[in-house]
Amino acid sequence: MVGRIYMSLCVLLLIVIIVSMVYFVASKGIANFISGEVKLTDFLFGTKWSPEGETPSFGALPFISGSFLVTLLAALIASPLSICAALFMTEIVPGWGKKLLQPVIELLSGIPSVVYGFVGLSVIVPFLRDTFPGQGIGVAAGALVLSVMILPTITSVAADALASLPQNLKESSFALGATRWQTISRVILPTTLPAIMTGVVLGMARAFGEALAVQMVIGNAPFVPRSLFESASTLTSVITLSMGNTTMGSTLNNALWSMALVLMLMTFVFVLLVRMLERRNKI
Amino acid sequence: MKPKTADKIATTFIVFFALLIVAILVGLLGYILVRGLNHISWDFLTSAPQKIRAGGGVGPQLFNSLYLLVLTLLITVPLGLGAGIFMAEYARPGKLTNFIRLIVEVLSSFPSIIVGLFGLLLIVNYFDLGFSLVSGAIALTFFNLPLMVRITEQAFRTVPKAQKEAGFALGLSKWKIVTSVLLPVALPTIITGTILSAGRVFGEAAALMFTAGMSSPRLDFTDWNPLHSNSPLNPFRPAETLAVHIWKINSEGLAPDAIQIAAGASAVLVIMVLIFNLVARYFGRFIYRKLTASKRVN
Repeated sequence: MVGRIYMSLCVLLLIVIIVSMVYFVASKGIANFISGEVKLTDFLFGTKWSPEGETPSFGALPFISGSFLVTLLAALIASPLSICAALFMTEIVPGWGKKLLQPVIELLSGIPSVVYGFVGLSVIVPFLRDTFPGQGIGVAAGALVLSVMILPTITSVAADALASLPQNLKESSFALGATRWQTISRVILPTTLPAIMTGVVLGMARAFGEALAVQMVIGNAPFVPRSLFESASTLTSVITLSMGNTTMGSTLNNALWSMALVLMLMTFVFVLLVRMLERRNKI
Repeated sequence: MKPKTADKIATTFIVFFALLIVAILVGLLGYILVRGLNHISWDFLTSAPQKIRAGGGVGPQLFNSLYLLVLTLLITVPLGLGAGIFMAEYARPGKLTNFIRLIVEVLSSFPSIIVGLFGLLLIVNYFDLGFSLVSGAIALTFFNLPLMVRITEQAFRTVPKAQKEAGFALGLSKWKIVTSVLLPVALPTIITGTILSAGRVFGEAAALMFTAGMSSPRLDFTDWNPLHSNSPLNPFRPAETLAVHIWKINSEGLAPDAIQIAAGASAVLVIMVLIFNLVARYFGRFIYRKLTASKRVN
């Protein structure tokens, strides 16, 4: 009986944590809009961010677009790589392919994000600076670092999906005389697409919320970037940099909380997407 | 193009990209270790960092990281076990269970920076615990708890049904079955998962910047009274961890050898994660043999 009560309390604690998390971040995040200091449309679509200007403006579009841009780019780079890795593990050489890639994936996902940021800063940034116009820091560097970070997420979900595919689907395709690539491209990938997409969405969720690694390489300029090699900012990088230097309750501080709220809402969107894809996958 | 040719080209591409990922990891680890290892010495691991002069170490940061990890696990393991066992054995399928599952999923996909900000708002300011190890440990609890719940639940679900039925056949109570039949079998998986999640907590930085703080007081490693403000064990002192330190010196480091310190500290961090991985693998097997007197099937 005592055990039962204790376990129920643990679950209750989980519920309390999430409810209070949503409540506190949301109440701080909408404070500016309620008091009328910043208009919601100005915040979401304003391109000018100058909290210290004579007429302070709090347009967060540069950061919102920066977040979406690096996330999409990272997913575009990482997805094909991950799917190839998953195919390698399950279809091409199931034996040693899995033995080789499984630990690689686990290690990649275990490396802390600040280490990715450090390597990005000391390898990717100089490389980009030497080969492309610009300073090296910028959207491209951020997207590259993020794509390596989300490789393990997409790969492991895709590999699970491919491994759980019914064997007879493949066998009947081979029996019809199809080559391996024909089987992969016409049978395996279309069937497992929703499950693989789940992995991509999970990876994007991770990329969207990643803070420090991106902050270190993206340059942190408050403008909508016009090229891949220009400095930009993401929601997370602005919050990391500015939150410590503002006073609680000021308009600037509340604007940062609004950005945190946007991040949080995006997390809900990602979870919703994953759930929808999983439902589709069942049928 | 002939299907055979297409097949060959596609296979080459797939193999190339798969091996590219291996190359990325090897390059990454190689770079970090080669750059970092020659900067790691006993002195580097134990001495305090320098602000402006060269030659600082990461002693307090390393200690903070480990101590914070211990504190976090002290909170998350009992809570995660409780909630996980509840989800696996007691929760009946229904709306409430689905809701709890959704909560665990949302909580585990929250960006760590949101967890840190929430910690700043609630623990640091509202409960007035300040930038301290305790605040950091509680924030990491929010971060780690959903993981622990999932690990525990999955571990319990993989226990063969027959084991449970045998327990019922012997007339054992449900609680007895959970504690003396299922838990020993599930424990190796739980321990492996816990150590792996510890690796994640060890490298976490974004959630800690706003809760555990970005500075360490001067620590007196001869004073082990947890109530003294300079004691390393005092849980109410601010604590900069290794991961936060790496971020800080990369963003605003003033010491002339900042880049070497970052390299050394990164290597220490990665080596710790590698150790966590290896330990997780072997310790799980070892415990299983101890507890069940049998060899693991796989």
